[in-house]
Amino acid sequence: MPEPQSRDIRVTDSSLRDGSHAKRHRFTVEHVRAIVAALDGAGVPVIEVTHGDGLGGSSFNYGFSHTPEQELIATAVRTAKRARIAFLMLPGLGVKDDIREAADNGAAICRIATHCTEADIADQHFGLAREIGLETVGFLMMAHSRPPEVLAAQGRRMADAGCQCVYVVDSAGALVLDEVGDRVAALVDELGDDAQVGFHGHENLGLGVANSVLAVGAGARQIDGSTRRFGAGAGNTPVEAFAAVAERLGIRTGIDVLAIADAAEDAVLPVMDDECRLGRLELMMGYAGVYSSFLKHADRWAERYGVSGAEILLRAGERQLVGGQEDQLIDIARELAD
Amino acid sequence: MRSDGGGPRTARRARAAIVGPGNIGTDLMYKLLRSPSVEPRWMVGVDPASEGLARAREAGIEAEAGGVDWLLGQDEQPDLVFEATSAAVHRANAPRYEAHGIPCVDLTPAKLGPGIVPAVNLEAGAGAANVNLLTCGGQATIPMVAAVSRVVHVPYAEIVASVASPSAGPGTRANIDEFTRTTRWGIEHVGGAARGKAIIILNPAEPPMLMRDTVYCQLPDDADQGAIAASVAEMAAAVAEYVPGYRLRGEPQFDPADAFSPARVAILLEVEGAGDFLPPYAGNLDIMTAAATRVGEGLAAGLPAGATSSTVL
Repeated sequence: MPEPQSRDIRVTDSSLRDGSHAKRHRFTVEHVRAIVAALDGAGVPVIEVTHGDGLGGSSFNYGFSHTPEQELIATAVRTAKRARIAFLMLPGLGVKDDIREAADNGAAICRIATHCTEADIADQHFGLAREIGLETVGFLMMAHSRPPEVLAAQGRRMADAGCQCVYVVDSAGALVLDEVGDRVAALVDELGDDAQVGFHGHENLGLGVANSVLAVGAGARQIDGSTRRFGAGAGNTPVEAFAAVAERLGIRTGIDVLAIADAAEDAVLPVMDDECRLGRLELMMGYAGVYSSFLKHADRWAERYGVSGAEILLRAGERQLVGGQEDQLIDIARELAD
Repeated sequence: MRSDGGGPRTARRARAAIVGPGNIGTDLMYKLLRSPSVEPRWMVGVDPASEGLARAREAGIEAEAGGVDWLLGQDEQPDLVFEATSAAVHRANAPRYEAHGIPCVDLTPAKLGPGIVPAVNLEAGAGAANVNLLTCGGQATIPMVAAVSRVVHVPYAEIVASVASPSAGPGTRANIDEFTRTTRWGIEHVGGAARGKAIIILNPAEPPMLMRDTVYCQLPDDADQGAIAASVAEMAAAVAEYVPGYRLRGEPQFDPADAFSPARVAILLEVEGAGDFLPPYAGNLDIMTAAATRVGEGLAAGLPAGATSSTVL
């Protein structure tokens, strides 16, 4: 995707998708309208809207949506004047019909996520998305768990299937500075002009903005964040802080810093049940390399079974659970309680 | 007609052909070699260098790379075919088996015939020219949906199947939507839930994880938990008769309705493979070959005495 002359990198705001985890998937049409209008007004070029676990995520395993996500996507499309609307889908959970429906509802960008060693389960979805005229992004989740060369090979697989930008996705918020730069650089080397590279950060070690700056330095052209950090775990890279830092560094995002600071305070914060904090459990996730979306589930099962949430998360790390295996947290909690 | 060579009973084992000498076909061969009622007599592939064909020969089975053309051109015809190729290949082969009057147990996701989960609806395969085994996740979870739905109405059931990455072959990976669709169909039509949902996760952990499955069933607030738990335990034992590594992890977990979710039961499962050919972590593949063996034995029992290749079930 050629960027407009006025922009060096493209920011995608994920508060209406990653924030769905923090909100326990209770977004309403009114929430979407308020947040999209504010972000759009501040010049955020892409806004992602979906259940936290992607299309079809509404379930016992991940949490039922308050309002059907396709209705939220359609609302976002109608609300945005300039921004393009993106959605997330995970093969194995969502299916191609879900992609078609989101496209029919006016979404423009299809973001397809797999665990970072399993890119080949997404071939058919990238193929369909391109065929129906969607722009594509590929997510290599839990990118901390594999070295740069593995990510490069998996990114190649995605690009060959039709992916136009491969993201290093730090789902656990576990990557530290050069670990981001090295992974982005390996993908940039591998993909050349075939696809862009992006970075999606979490704040579990407090490094979202710094990691994103290193990603840009290594050649990333797309950066994810969530205004007010509204995301899973300790939240995502705060878009308002990243926009300010980028401006100071001379990296053009096209986002108005004052307007996005207002949006964070006046539009996003009122929708949040709680601020996304870097507390003990969140830190454990970054420290032990645990999928950020497990946080609310660990909280819930810790209470239900009377066990330690930190212990649940550490065992999830030991068992090498990947995104989507929320059911196994029940198994861990049950075992701890016995 | 071939003589059984002095077995204690007059009934002979049904002669079966396995089409597709890959990992699944080879594992199935080792299971059938132990079967009292089905004899794996032929292994058929298309690649002369196939490792599976070589293993079949070592096991004393006639193995040829001439494909289905070769198989159907023999004087002696199988009583039963097991298809372990791909959905596309099976769609091409199925009408040919039928034309020869040979019933087929289909291990691909083609789903041309009725979907069978042995512990639930083995009898639905009787008389069918072609029966299908749905998916590995379906074989593992549909019995549990059925165990709940025979006690209480289940408006919605959802399953999560986690399998080790090395146990998911290129066919599964290229067609992962088929897994979710076919499994959902089975949850509804075989499991008895009004509405179903299926989720599959590939996990690359080292050493590879055993297959894990979770079955969530929505329940009415006043469901009889004791009756459900008893039905689940009974069903787990029924599946374990043909899949020895199939087990519940703890008791079913009941949660009442709250602001986020209706009342439900979560049933946690683990499937360890028998290690016949595939490694024990690949419980997802073991449960398919074990189910195929059980279905094949069921069909063999229904074969008329002295059945010949021209007899249709």
